[in-house]
Amino acid sequence: MDLATLLPFVVNVIAGGLVLGFVYAIIALGYTMVYGVLQLINFAHSEVFVTGAVVGFEVFRVLEANPMNGYLKLLIALLAAMLVSGLLNVTIERLAYRPLRNAPRLVPLITAIGVSLILQDVLRLIEGFQGRFDLTYTLPGGFSGKFCGEGSSCVALGDTLRSIGLDLQLKDVILIVVSLLSLAVLNYLVNRTRLGKAIRAVAQDRVTAGLMGIDSNRMISATFLIGGALGGISGVLFGMKFGTVNAYSGFDPGIIAFTAAVLGGIGSIPGAVLGGLALGVIQNLIGVTNIFGGLLGIANLESIDASYQRIGAFIVLVLILIFKPTGLLGKSNVEKV
Amino acid sequence: MKSTALSLSVLAALALGSASAQTTVKIATLSPLSGGQSDLGTQIRNGAQLAVNEYRAQFQKLGMNLQLTAYDDQADPATGTAQARKIAADRSILAVVGTLNSGVAIPSSQALLSSRVAMVSPANTANNVTDRALSNMNRIVARDDAQGPAGANFLTDNLKAKKVYLINDKTAYGEGLTKEVEKALKAKGTQVVGNEGTEEKSDFSSIVAKIRLQRPDAIYFGGIYNQIGVFIKQLREAGITTPVMGGDGMDSSELATIAGKGATNIYFTTVAAPIDALPAARTFAANFQKTFKDQAQGFAAFGYDAAKVVLQGILAAHKANGNKVPSRTQVESAIRKGSFTGLLSGNVSFNSVGDRKSATLYVMNVQGGKYRLSARLPVRPARQ
Repeated sequence: MDLATLLPFVVNVIAGGLVLGFVYAIIALGYTMVYGVLQLINFAHSEVFVTGAVVGFEVFRVLEANPMNGYLKLLIALLAAMLVSGLLNVTIERLAYRPLRNAPRLVPLITAIGVSLILQDVLRLIEGFQGRFDLTYTLPGGFSGKFCGEGSSCVALGDTLRSIGLDLQLKDVILIVVSLLSLAVLNYLVNRTRLGKAIRAVAQDRVTAGLMGIDSNRMISATFLIGGALGGISGVLFGMKFGTVNAYSGFDPGIIAFTAAVLGGIGSIPGAVLGGLALGVIQNLIGVTNIFGGLLGIANLESIDASYQRIGAFIVLVLILIFKPTGLLGKSNVEKV
Repeated sequence: MKSTALSLSVLAALALGSASAQTTVKIATLSPLSGGQSDLGTQIRNGAQLAVNEYRAQFQKLGMNLQLTAYDDQADPATGTAQARKIAADRSILAVVGTLNSGVAIPSSQALLSSRVAMVSPANTANNVTDRALSNMNRIVARDDAQGPAGANFLTDNLKAKKVYLINDKTAYGEGLTKEVEKALKAKGTQVVGNEGTEEKSDFSSIVAKIRLQRPDAIYFGGIYNQIGVFIKQLREAGITTPVMGGDGMDSSELATIAGKGATNIYFTTVAAPIDALPAARTFAANFQKTFKDQAQGFAAFGYDAAKVVLQGILAAHKANGNKVPSRTQVESAIRKGSFTGLLSGNVSFNSVGDRKSATLYVMNVQGGKYRLSARLPVRPARQ
């Protein structure tokens, strides 16, 4: 195998990892923001994410025959998913976490797992009433086609990208653009607005923030709203990219995204993004290790294939935490006496 | 004692007094009639009911009032076992048609063993259903371990594959099946690329990238339709048209829905033939439609066949017993030793452990989202 075939292969694998990584990153933000303000691991976030995916499915299903522009349908799906997932997350906090705000930390953790299980089966029930279990997205025409494919005005650009292995579908590009936009808006919201400042103040020290006149309950609700809305966005993107979701689809990406948040440093927003992208790429590279093993003639590597993808991601996590226990961008929490 | 004798004579008098001296003889069905798999379980029950309707007159002439009692196992081993005990307690039940799920068949047949109630399964494929060599458990479908070699044969002979890429879902079913395929392919000298397990349900980009690089002639995926459907969708979206084959885990109409536009060039082996693949099934299907206002599927035909095996077994035992109603033990051995004809899926006889001596695997092909029968592969259990 020569370089001319290997290079597109590697580019292809890394690009696939990055697209996946963006989904992980947006989910991871939901975990990390909630952890930032409450030091709570919101295990129900994976179901908030799936709720977004289900809402997206319903929007695309209802609008399937509607002749409106595909991007408009996507916008409606994203907004609806943000709204539903955001409000769901706020409700979860209000009902399940707030009454336990001052309980030992293990208690809300168990509650979170309980909420996660309840939501899974509620979602299954709702779709089950309509005789559905696996929900397959009906995307507007062209979304699944090649990015700048034959017949489009930018086919020259598309061909150049394809020649180096960047064989993207239109929906991959949409996914990346929507993710970047969400990150930009989040960054503005957290770092440039009064609301963001107040959330950061509550995250640093809830009691003192309260003394300064910040209503910490409202800020916590706002955090859950933003985190839930991000979960909704990632749900729609996930459903659009991979095509089929069901009530239990949240578990796998949820656990990886949580890992990504820890890898990047839990509580850190840029860390969650970095962790998500890194895990996406690492997973895919581990999945193709056997190809490199074959090229290099290292027999041991040849048995490392996609079956080690998942475990590989966790090995990387363990290694990084050994050398940097706070994660890639996490700040160490100095106990002040 | 006296009162017993008296009541017996009263009963006898009553029986004689009625127009015909009939003994009630029942067969039972055990299948899921509620829950997610009730659709298939009901098909089995209704298929068996048609067979009973057909034989009722013949039994009547021999002084037997034939009835069918349906039991619901909810596709759950514990429920199935409890129902099996109820069946054992009803002495008029001579044999059982069931079950749909191997996981239910294994403990239920065990529960029926001591009272010697024979079971004939229209659907169970797990090797262990008959490998335990129970005297009462039989099946009229192929075994799981027939699927591997049959799949490998189809890959090399029909799809002319010289290089096959293997994937499995890391479950006992998927990994076991793919291993059988791998063994059979290697024995034929076909090149096998990898046999990777993946639990991934959504993102197959690294596997698709490898397939693009290695250009296999065919892909074999041992797993379940909802994972394989997503994989096929992504494979086709990447512009790879290589045929994908798998086992009966792919046998679902959902497969084509999930794979969407990619639902083409797909093959899978299955034990439950679609109704139009059975040459003799046309009248049966029409009859089924008329009786139950529902369309007959493959399992209805196998439920019908299994019931016919049971009924012909009872008739044979009746004859061997000097034209008297046979005991459960006699029926059990008549079923195991008999040979049965006039069935939709061909003639049936069982080997020493209750596997059908010559069963058939059906290869289905999905093309443009449409399912059609591609090949019929005869399979024989290793033991004859």
